[in-house]
Amino acid sequence: MIALLTRDLRLAVRAGGGFGLGLAFFLIVVVLVPFGVGPESGLLSKIAPGILWLGALLACLLSLDRIFALDWEDGSLDLLATAPLPMEAIVSIKALAHWITTGLPLVLAAPVFGLLLNLPDAGYVPLVISLLLGTPALSVIGTFGAALTVGLKRGGLLLSLLVLPLYVPTLIFGAEMARRSIEGLDATTPLLMLAGITCGTIALLPFASAAVLRVNLR
Amino acid sequence: MGSIWEYANPKKFITTTDRLLPWVSALALVALVGGLVWGFFFTPDDYKQGSTVKIIYLHVPSALMAINAWMMMLVASLIWIVRRHHVSALAARAAAPVGAVMTLIALITGAIWGQPMWGTWWEWDPRLTSFLILFLFYLGYMALWAAIEDDDTAADLTSILCLVGSVFALLSRYAVNFWNQGLHQGASLSMDKEENVADVFYYPLLVSIAGFILLFIALVFLRTQTEIRARRMRALLARERMK
Repeated sequence: MIALLTRDLRLAVRAGGGFGLGLAFFLIVVVLVPFGVGPESGLLSKIAPGILWLGALLACLLSLDRIFALDWEDGSLDLLATAPLPMEAIVSIKALAHWITTGLPLVLAAPVFGLLLNLPDAGYVPLVISLLLGTPALSVIGTFGAALTVGLKRGGLLLSLLVLPLYVPTLIFGAEMARRSIEGLDATTPLLMLAGITCGTIALLPFASAAVLRVNLR
Repeated sequence: MGSIWEYANPKKFITTTDRLLPWVSALALVALVGGLVWGFFFTPDDYKQGSTVKIIYLHVPSALMAINAWMMMLVASLIWIVRRHHVSALAARAAAPVGAVMTLIALITGAIWGQPMWGTWWEWDPRLTSFLILFLFYLGYMALWAAIEDDDTAADLTSILCLVGSVFALLSRYAVNFWNQGLHQGASLSMDKEENVADVFYYPLLVSIAGFILLFIALVFLRTQTEIRARRMRALLARERMK
């Protein structure tokens, strides 16, 4: 398991530059938003948590098809499937690797990008907490979507269509938590719901992803 | 009368539904025309909403069927996963576009009603938003069916998507409830008759709901038959080529 994790991490860092791509995309989204809505700092600080969440979500989405596509093409996914490791574990490790290479950098970069969007001071800690809690769910859900579309030649667009509706609850509770904390409201409910969604998806979705992957490898 | 699983035999399914289809379609037509004509022309205008209230005869049944169609797909997907009856998978596939259209009808009639009543075509109200999300789920489900060439793989993947999607659709429903306050009124119908709509509107509404249900059944029968025959035709063509 650890070997697989280090292999995936090493591949992500060294090959193809997929590692920084999500982060760069996140930065571009954040930079484009003021061009779209105007540079008013009041407006920006009001929508900052939502934009940061949305940017993180889209950056996550961008790198999803890399989770299985390369392994599928060169046949290493078939090898992994015949390995003694259960498919559920493989899927979980893949999701974890995706989170470490995409989710975690996004979480770490979010406060810096928050500066660009004039995020209110009260928002930094809740935003980072909500992203830290929410991005694992994004990775796990995304792994399910990637497993669904792995055998398709032009799966990228379909992948977004399938995954984005599944992202709705996570996005709502994550952004709501950051927004409520900024406005000084009680944010425990969205926090707990977000944590619940993340735990639930981590516990259950790998089974669905593994089942789907088995079908695709048949 | 044997077990219900006999109908999982495609041939048996086609002969049975062939016999049922004219009746169901005729009943659907009668109930739809009856319910809508009764509702549109023979009920009084509401004292507050005027004649716009009459869109209820399209809006409520279609919204009901939009959800029930997904439920039916969920059950059919489960049957496919557990018992691997091809008819079941094809029925789920056949129901999806019908359900999507029902969702769209509910959204559009709601917008048409909302414009004069709420003064807006669209409002980010929990019910409206969750219906939009449901519509996206339908789109994703249909797109996945269309994208995969192998029939069994497609059936497997879409049924798992349907299961996972159901959980997330439910989650979204509650998330959206939490996220914004509602403008939409509560349920128009319920088993306990406490806050139902007034009787004048109630009975034609029931008739048109029955019409929508029958219409859905007829369409699903018809579309499933089409799917079965299309698949059979592909098999025959493949066999021809082998010769």
